[in-house]
Amino acid sequence: MTEWQFLSTSLSAAAPTATSDVVTETSWDLFVSSFWPLLSGAITGTIPLALISFAIGLVLALFVAIMRLSRSRIVSSIARIYISIIRGTPLLVQLFVIFYGLPSIGLTIDPWPSAIIAFSLNVGGYAAEVIRAAILSVHQGQWEAAYTIGMSRSRALRRVILPQAARVSVPPLSNTFISLVKDTSLASLILVTELFRQAQKIAAFTSEFMLLYLEAALIYWLICLVLSSGQGLLEKRLDRYVAH
Amino acid sequence: MSLTNPTPGSGEKLLDVSGLRKAFGSHEVLRGIDLSIERGRVLVLIGPSGSGKTTVLRSINGLEIPEAGVVTAAGGIRVDYAAKPAKKDILALRDRTAMVFQHYNLFPHMTVIENIIEGPTQVQGVKKAQAIAEAEALLERVGLAEKRDVYPFQLSGGQAQRVGIVRALALKPDLLLFDEPTSALDPELVGDVLAVMKELADEGWTMLVVTHELAFARQVADEVLFMDGGVIVERGAPRDIFTAPREERTQQFLHRILHPLDDD
Repeated sequence: MTEWQFLSTSLSAAAPTATSDVVTETSWDLFVSSFWPLLSGAITGTIPLALISFAIGLVLALFVAIMRLSRSRIVSSIARIYISIIRGTPLLVQLFVIFYGLPSIGLTIDPWPSAIIAFSLNVGGYAAEVIRAAILSVHQGQWEAAYTIGMSRSRALRRVILPQAARVSVPPLSNTFISLVKDTSLASLILVTELFRQAQKIAAFTSEFMLLYLEAALIYWLICLVLSSGQGLLEKRLDRYVAH
Repeated sequence: MSLTNPTPGSGEKLLDVSGLRKAFGSHEVLRGIDLSIERGRVLVLIGPSGSGKTTVLRSINGLEIPEAGVVTAAGGIRVDYAAKPAKKDILALRDRTAMVFQHYNLFPHMTVIENIIEGPTQVQGVKKAQAIAEAEALLERVGLAEKRDVYPFQLSGGQAQRVGIVRALALKPDLLLFDEPTSALDPELVGDVLAVMKELADEGWTMLVVTHELAFARQVADEVLFMDGGVIVERGAPRDIFTAPREERTQQFLHRILHPLDDD
């Protein structure tokens, strides 16, 4: 389906003939009729993009954090350089390098995988520092107690340290996730059909830029409200073993 | 069920430490420590803060890696710190010992019972049902059966330390290491913990205890070691050390502790 056909179908209720009628309809009608196309952009684009990238990014971040804490200077340097590059360059530039840059060295990646790779790498860099700080915040005595009951370093990390670090890292990681949800709008610039790209298309078609972009903003905000309340619930659950 | 250790007082040498040396930067904390423990005996290390007592204890299970010294333990375990010790030898030492910490170091994200069964089930491969049954019996013995499912933050210091002791016992170690187990407790809670430790000693557990509780050392120890400045200054039966110390440094230390308000 081409973009043009897509727009005609999604706006068929408001603009059956897809011509000058759209300009004459009321703003409210346009708001209502474009709500579903925007929401479906969020459901099929923004949300899965954010969820998948965050999941991959977190796993990556955990490895990078552990590498960063390694006693081997080489290993920790690799992690340090990775974090420095990710945090020191704009996400938009990272996206463009992967999608528009790599083809010139013979590596062409589709929009969706390009976006997933860029966002995962980005989360990996930011969340690694969060996780590292959270691991360091767990008292040294916890490592020692784990060692004296016979645990290896990796088992101590898994059973004793990370569960405690998780509690500390929920608020900052929630921030990372909420930023990511909003940052996925950048994927519109590498042709991924998500919430913001839908808004752009309809806006271009109807010339109602203010209305469509505010409507997109509203949907982003609603998603983030849901996420914030989820964060609250998670924090409450993880706080059950802490004195209040 | 008792807290009983299998073979009390057999005279078998359980652990031998020789030539421990450790420096933090230019500060020498251990300057050649030798000691050995027979099965079923209680050794108490006393001495002023900074004398190196805790470092000795932590060198026995590899929490501290000294520059030199050899630790040998029953079962053919030998760790030579001067040669870089193999990980598996350190793990073998930790397998034979268990430690009770000054600040308990219970796992805050686990309930009391989960804390106790963590080592047996996760490391030693004991079946969960069996580990729970044993843990419950131990909790019963230290009077904390009803605390089974609470989190550590809901315990008083004295209760937390008794759970710390049970967590160590659940591993069925050859040797129990106590690192100032009552130093962080309110004075009125010290008695409960010392009572449990005395009971363990009476039942034949082999114990190495670093403490400031001289009354406990006097009553429970088979041998008392007085450390100062990174060396063992004097060692002997508690009656000899406390009533007739030979070394001047021991006399001064005991005087300071027993008569803190006297002028020198």
